[in-house]
Amino acid sequence: MTAPDGVRTAVDAAYRDEWGQVVATLIGLTGDWDLAEDCAQDAFAAAVATWPRDGVPHRPGAWLTTTARNRATDRLRRDAAGAAKLRQLAVLARAPDEPPMEEIPDERLRLIFTCCHPALPFPARVALTLRTLAGLTTAEIARAFLTAEPAMAQRLVRAKRKIQEAGIPYRVPPAELLPQRLAAVLAVLYLIFNEGYDEEDVRRALTAEAIRLTRVLVRLMPHEPEPRGLLALMLLHEARRTTRTEDGVLVTLENQDRSRWDRSLIDEGVETLDQALAMRRTGPYQVQAAIAACHATAPDAASTDWPRIATLYTELARLAPSPVVDLNRAVAVAMADGIPAGLALVDELASAGRLDDYYLMPATRADLLRRAGRSAEAKTAYEEALRLAPTEAERRYLSERLRNL
Amino acid sequence: MKYVLLICDDETNPPTNEELAADPVHQTWVADLERRGAKLGGERLRPVVDATTVRVRDGETLVSDGPFAETKDFVGGIVIVECANLDEAIEIAAGHPYARRGGVEIRPVWE
Repeated sequence: MTAPDGVRTAVDAAYRDEWGQVVATLIGLTGDWDLAEDCAQDAFAAAVATWPRDGVPHRPGAWLTTTARNRATDRLRRDAAGAAKLRQLAVLARAPDEPPMEEIPDERLRLIFTCCHPALPFPARVALTLRTLAGLTTAEIARAFLTAEPAMAQRLVRAKRKIQEAGIPYRVPPAELLPQRLAAVLAVLYLIFNEGYDEEDVRRALTAEAIRLTRVLVRLMPHEPEPRGLLALMLLHEARRTTRTEDGVLVTLENQDRSRWDRSLIDEGVETLDQALAMRRTGPYQVQAAIAACHATAPDAASTDWPRIATLYTELARLAPSPVVDLNRAVAVAMADGIPAGLALVDELASAGRLDDYYLMPATRADLLRRAGRSAEAKTAYEEALRLAPTEAERRYLSERLRNL
Repeated sequence: MKYVLLICDDETNPPTNEELAADPVHQTWVADLERRGAKLGGERLRPVVDATTVRVRDGETLVSDGPFAETKDFVGGIVIVECANLDEAIEIAAGHPYARRGGVEIRPVWE
């Protein structure tokens, strides 16, 4: 007999680990997203009710899937319109006292690709992924994205309706579509991570969810390098998270307390990146992870391998061109080849005008001018950055810089 | 699934029917549709200057000239296709020359 606390932990763990798979399997069987969610919910309620009495099953995932499937069969039986779906289910339905199936194919990959289909609006892809794959409640997702709960519920309803009515297929896309569709999936996962990474409050759990989902993706697509690249990137960022602010003030990479970086996360990040690189098909997430690894493995700020980072940014600019990447490259060049070379690149970017109103543009300029000892110009640039900075932690940091000029 | 493809562009230098028929991209597209057996129907439309929009508001029929909405691109043709799912409809739409000139809006048929 398992102790109640142990059962509670087992149910919580099963919820974290199995929710997505139970929902994915039920959608695969019934094609009905709402029914799938409801029956998954019922199965977890049944676990809470019966596991304390009967013990935690040998394979919680198989038990939950079987229970949810039987629940779906019951509900469709009562519903005349469900007859057609029921016939499909009947093939797989099992008697309640029958032992659960030993091997259930993992349907989560189909679910991930469907949730992240480009015909859905981007915010809906994010919400749907968190709801159906990660099992976050609508209220939790609404809180994380600072949206009212009814609005978030509506977003989820519309997305599920569009999947059904527009005929978005429930499948892993064929090879010719895979690169593009996989990029869309990775973008959703990275956004979830970044939403959690930038904030100290309720959104923190999002980074853990993003890492968990990316681990699942890596396991399901072991021969694709970019999911591993993304996982490595997340782990390397996560390792530094607690040192990014101090008393609500942003701490730059250079000044972070490296002894407090999480070594085991860094090791895992580097190892994951190496596995990705060994496949010899580069991609933007692998390059970003390689840059993060350069920082994470430097014993101190002074020994950072800036020439290598500059080269990696050049590579990134080729794979995923963006003015933000160019700005980062300018910093790396400044650190590798001297401030004037970097400033020249920043000024070039500024005159192109594509980063107007982006606070890191004047903030970067200010920082390079400060390093070059050009205090008056640095002051003007810091003031401009202060005007544009989006978060309190960043404003506090910039004010402090301004005071110390 | 049945879809209507709304073939849209901004109508600057529209090709004639003959030019369109001679366009190798269009020829490839027609051949692809035939191979798929996906086409149920469709017509090319006259330019938007010939369009009339009808709206009924509070029981009153409002007739206005021009397209239904102020937009840069106009519907220049429709194609009705039957295919497996949205991904196949996207594939078909992406092959049409107007996907490059303007865009193709895919609308599932309300059945």
